[in-house]
Amino acid sequence: MTLLKTSAGCLRSARLLLAATAISVLTQFSPVMAQDPIPGGTLHLPAPYSSALKSLDPHITYESQDMAVSKAFHRALYTWNSAENRPTLDLATAVETSADGKTFTYKLRDNAYFHNGRKMTADDLIWSYTRIMDPQKGYPGSPMISEIVGAEDYAAGKATSISGLKKIDDFTLEITFKNYLEPGTLLFEAVTAILPKEEADKPEFLSHPVGLGPFRFVEHVEGSRVVGEKFDKYYKPGQPYADRVEFTITDEYSTLDVAFRAGELDATVLSGGAYAAYKADPDLSKGLIEVPELFTRHMGMNVQKAPFDDVRVRQAINYAVDRDIIIRKLLKDKAFKATGWLPMTSVAFDKDRAPYAYDPEKAKQLLKEAGYGNGFEFEAMVTDGESTLGVLQAMTPFLAAVGITAKPKVVESGVLLDAINAGEAMAWFRSNGTGPDPVGALRCFDSRVSRSACNRSGYADPKFDAMIDAASSDPDPKRRIELAKEADGYIFEQAPVWFHNYNKAVVATQPWVHGVDSNVTEAAILEVDQIWLDENAPGRQ
Amino acid sequence: MLMVIARRLMQALLTVAVVVTLVFLLFSVIPGSFVTSLVGEKRDIDPRVMARIEEQLHLNDPLPERFGRYVADLARGDLGSSFSTRRPVIDMLESRIVASFRLACAAILFAVAIGLPLGFIAAARPGSWIDMAAMMGAVSGLSVPGFWFGLLAMYFFSLQLGWLPTFGYGQGGLRHLVLPALTLGIGPMALLARTTRAAVLEVRGADFIRTARSKGMSETRIVTRHLARNAFVLVLTTIGLQFGSMLGGSVVIESLFAWPGVGSLLIQSVSLRDIPAVQGCILVIVLFFLLINTLVDIAYMLIDPRIRYR
Repeated sequence: MTLLKTSAGCLRSARLLLAATAISVLTQFSPVMAQDPIPGGTLHLPAPYSSALKSLDPHITYESQDMAVSKAFHRALYTWNSAENRPTLDLATAVETSADGKTFTYKLRDNAYFHNGRKMTADDLIWSYTRIMDPQKGYPGSPMISEIVGAEDYAAGKATSISGLKKIDDFTLEITFKNYLEPGTLLFEAVTAILPKEEADKPEFLSHPVGLGPFRFVEHVEGSRVVGEKFDKYYKPGQPYADRVEFTITDEYSTLDVAFRAGELDATVLSGGAYAAYKADPDLSKGLIEVPELFTRHMGMNVQKAPFDDVRVRQAINYAVDRDIIIRKLLKDKAFKATGWLPMTSVAFDKDRAPYAYDPEKAKQLLKEAGYGNGFEFEAMVTDGESTLGVLQAMTPFLAAVGITAKPKVVESGVLLDAINAGEAMAWFRSNGTGPDPVGALRCFDSRVSRSACNRSGYADPKFDAMIDAASSDPDPKRRIELAKEADGYIFEQAPVWFHNYNKAVVATQPWVHGVDSNVTEAAILEVDQIWLDENAPGRQ
Repeated sequence: MLMVIARRLMQALLTVAVVVTLVFLLFSVIPGSFVTSLVGEKRDIDPRVMARIEEQLHLNDPLPERFGRYVADLARGDLGSSFSTRRPVIDMLESRIVASFRLACAAILFAVAIGLPLGFIAAARPGSWIDMAAMMGAVSGLSVPGFWFGLLAMYFFSLQLGWLPTFGYGQGGLRHLVLPALTLGIGPMALLARTTRAAVLEVRGADFIRTARSKGMSETRIVTRHLARNAFVLVLTTIGLQFGSMLGGSVVIESLFAWPGVGSLLIQSVSLRDIPAVQGCILVIVLFFLLINTLVDIAYMLIDPRIRYR
């Protein structure tokens, strides 16, 4: 009897142990099981770069903040795929490339509906791209569309339509480009979004957008917020996961910080000071997404004015300054040291190229060779900010150590641009978009490109122009990338700018938020259709 | 009274005409333009696009032609279209005026509700610890930067206590209004407290107050019937000036709390060189200020029948 009781007791204990083990195993794996998106809730996101939106019409505005909001309401032919770090098809399911590499035939989705209920067809793409090329309007997407054959003729009034856009049937569209390029790099941003003609022509479209996006527009309180609700006929089944999205419009980083800590925002973009604080916090640091963006911060130099017309002087400035200490101490590690014009997330980035070393002796030697052994003085125009005036002030002692005196002139950004474009500024601080198309980014040093277009240094070098021409005319995409890499290397040696850093954008996310991507083209532009909130989110209450 | 209103209307028209002209001329000569403001820190705008925008917005037309066009539109009540949003300026201002007015009213109500009694209490016991504490509070309120106070208020009431939302307009409800109104009203509250104290002390020493006391009138009756009314005339100017300046002077608070007011629109439009929007905002601010001043003048006449305007 005792033996039976003991056996029964052992069996019970064994069952309890088995159950406990099962529970333990299940608990350990529950994070994996809980990764399935849970529908519902309201996303609270920031529009963090200005106190108001320029426009809700995506064709009108090229502001990052506006494009972040447009992502909820509009779609383009391509979208930026953060996981693959390249543009991928969004409004089409397949594309065929012609033998000559310049004509692309798109099989469009037959399940994409506008928010007014109408199905998208090839006519909508033709209409949208034609609208962007309207010669009466200055739409910022027109340089992208002008790469299509016939677009410039249309804009010049020589044609009534864009010949390079050909409708094969309602869901098949053929686009022919003038040059060899990757169409996705031109057609993924909101400035090339596909819009419904019958809505976009109405005056109220400026305040009540209608598009193909995962959310339908609900309201816009100017200077405060934009709200969208889930669009049930969105072409990705089951998405968006959230029922609503609310963008709060403010450029006050301190306010965004407090709101995020109070749980009123599901994600936010961090300033340099906040980044350091969040990194040091054991809880807040868990939700940080660091994004090496496709932007290059630099000090531009007017290469048509002495002493910057001498490559040795420009190289000397690159050798004279310790970038590491500036990035570490001033920018709190919220940047990556630049090793060329193209950033580290560019397809043509040369990861083997070493940056300019901090070598004051080499700098002095170069200055001596250039005839500036006693140094020189120059004026640098800057806007008031940590990454501009702050960096210049940090550079000053390094430059002084090699005999160069940098005098800051603080001006407003509009004044700065006017001075640069007029060729009056000696040196300046700016950040330039340097991607995703590497050849397009390198055109900032093409002598045929004006200062106001991008070539602010006034750089003119036939050898470099030939390199760019070769890179843009090669039919092989892989070869184009290699040629772009070589051109970037050449510019690195010629140093028309002081190569400072590639921007590190940092997005902080709450522990209850999932699916936030890291978009190197602009960190604040989130794929809102894939973000979801778990049961702990305030947005679900 | 009607004469006062008519005279003020004439003055308003003249003021508006001068301000509008000055702003137009100023934006024609200052460096920078709307098209260069479109170039962001990160993205360039193609020069061909910029040229088209300039043509579309008539930015290269001669100055007299542009000014004439603007005045003609203004006479028809058309404030033009914003360069950046392409929307009528009137539409943009509509919701902003309401938001700014709500904020200004809430802030001045707070300032009056706290500042006036504080000043009275301080003046009732001059030199006492109550007086000193009240005036120390007033000086602090005047010295504290609004931005810093706003952040502090956010930190305590939103982050720590969770009582109020951090920022935003919400549905225009009271909860979203409290923190911005508190922040905007703290300076005027402090000023009103000091002004009220000084006014009450001045009136307290007047002959008619001494006469009333010697006649055996109760202190309550003296304060309510004689002292308050006479002191209030002196305080009214301060209230009017503070309220009038709130509409355009709340830029910092509006930015901090993402409050969609006229001030934040003005600042953004200035940096964009969006001239129609700038002029629309300034017009609203000037008209509001003039209206408040007129109402203050009328209030003077109602409170003190001795005051008449020639």
